[in-house]
Amino acid sequence: MYNEKVMNEFRAPANVGEVENANAVGQVGNAACGDIMKITMRIENGIIEEVRFQTYGCAAAVATSSIATKMIKGKTVDEALALTNREVVEELGGLPAQKIHCSVLAEGAIKAAIKNYLENYKKEGAVAEPSAR
Amino acid sequence: MKRVYLDYAATTPIDKRVLEVMTPYMTDIYGNANSVHSYGREAAAAVDNARRTIADCINAKRTEIYFTSGGTEANNWAVKGTAIRYREETGRNHIITTQIEHPSLLESVKYMEKHGFDVTFLPVDSDGTVKPETLEKALTDKTVLVSVMTANNEIGTVQPVKELAETAHRRGALFHTDAVQAMSSMKIDVRDTNADLMSFSGHKIYGPKGIGVLFVKSGVKPDKFMIGGHQERTMRGGTTNVPAVVGMAEALRLTVEEMEENNKKVRALRDRFIERIGAEIPRIRVNGGMKNRVPQNANVTFEFIEGESLLLSLDLAGIACSSGSACSSGSLEPSHVLMAIGVPVEIAHGSIRFTFGKNTEENDVDYVVDVLKREVERLRKMSPLTSL
Repeated sequence: MYNEKVMNEFRAPANVGEVENANAVGQVGNAACGDIMKITMRIENGIIEEVRFQTYGCAAAVATSSIATKMIKGKTVDEALALTNREVVEELGGLPAQKIHCSVLAEGAIKAAIKNYLENYKKEGAVAEPSAR
Repeated sequence: MKRVYLDYAATTPIDKRVLEVMTPYMTDIYGNANSVHSYGREAAAAVDNARRTIADCINAKRTEIYFTSGGTEANNWAVKGTAIRYREETGRNHIITTQIEHPSLLESVKYMEKHGFDVTFLPVDSDGTVKPETLEKALTDKTVLVSVMTANNEIGTVQPVKELAETAHRRGALFHTDAVQAMSSMKIDVRDTNADLMSFSGHKIYGPKGIGVLFVKSGVKPDKFMIGGHQERTMRGGTTNVPAVVGMAEALRLTVEEMEENNKKVRALRDRFIERIGAEIPRIRVNGGMKNRVPQNANVTFEFIEGESLLLSLDLAGIACSSGSACSSGSLEPSHVLMAIGVPVEIAHGSIRFTFGKNTEENDVDYVVDVLKREVERLRKMSPLTSL
């Protein structure tokens, strides 16, 4: 059902857990639907220095969480916001059709975390805009 | 790597003794059982014997046994065949079944609904049992057929089939039971349970795949389902699968003969499993009542974990079991059976079915518990839900 790349990401996922002193937290999904993804990041000068995930969900959900965090680590906020679920699926070498919604969840969690970061940023009353719209 | 198969409710290996009696019917005695020549007559004699064996095992008459391609076909035939025939004859157009039937039964009933039948899906209690009172209330003078499975495929609960059949008969309805999951552990006497129709299959009892039986009580006349030649007294066309028929009969004969011993063994293993995980893994629940339940089934919900993840983690460790999890079937709905017994939707996704069999050993159970402990902990650490 899953290709080897997906199974490898599932078997030994990268970036599991929570970032200490995170300044960006996003969570999407719900238990009733069978998947929840939470992403925490520490963003400095518009760069995602650290990113970790916690996922409740199927193997595809875990694999997309893992690969997506790898793809955005060290990237700018703008680059992370531009990441699409299609790119995540491509990076995994494809997912079964009924599992595509899991990759949407990863994209959603990243966007939610960055939105949270931007809101935090505004609350702190900073002068400069973070490097994202 | 060690491999452990705990998915006997999905299918079983063929017993080597069964295979032995089947083999000659593929290589030497290969005639078409409908042919008039000696090759055909040899095959027909084997089919006759097999039919007698199966009838004896369930206390039926030979003429009440119809071979099909499996449980799914038998269920389709039972529902469609009786509904169509008896609506024509009696004007009755209402079918009653339960919320926890196998898809082959549920979909057949829904198909009849599309063709103008009224249908009722009875609820079950939290143990997974249908109460005869519930059926009583749902029955009307229009009810043509009641179908309630003998044992459930996901949670293993056993229904009070005899009382349900009686209740249906009092209102003049026919009673069918899907006994596919029951045959490996329950001695069934069709005269005692008094079902009008009963489905069962070969591959759940250490027999071959692709073979099943619909028992049809004398006097009950469903419409033909598979139309064609003169096989099965013209009721079910198609060249008789002689080796499978022979194999199914031998499988059932051995199952009945060795049932007590196997049940004892399988129940002990299942109970050991439940006891150990209950003591060693926090936040789990066993789904379905333990009292009226086939001995091979344990259906367990692991909180904070999604079933497919656990299923695949176990698979990576060589362990085969099954998940009622929606995520593996492509829909977002959790198991209809777990929903019907009231498992909260938030945790139903974390449910796994372990089914034990006569080749399972105690060290297999211990291995599975050890791996489970490790993988459940790993996945819970990954889960945002856990507060453990």
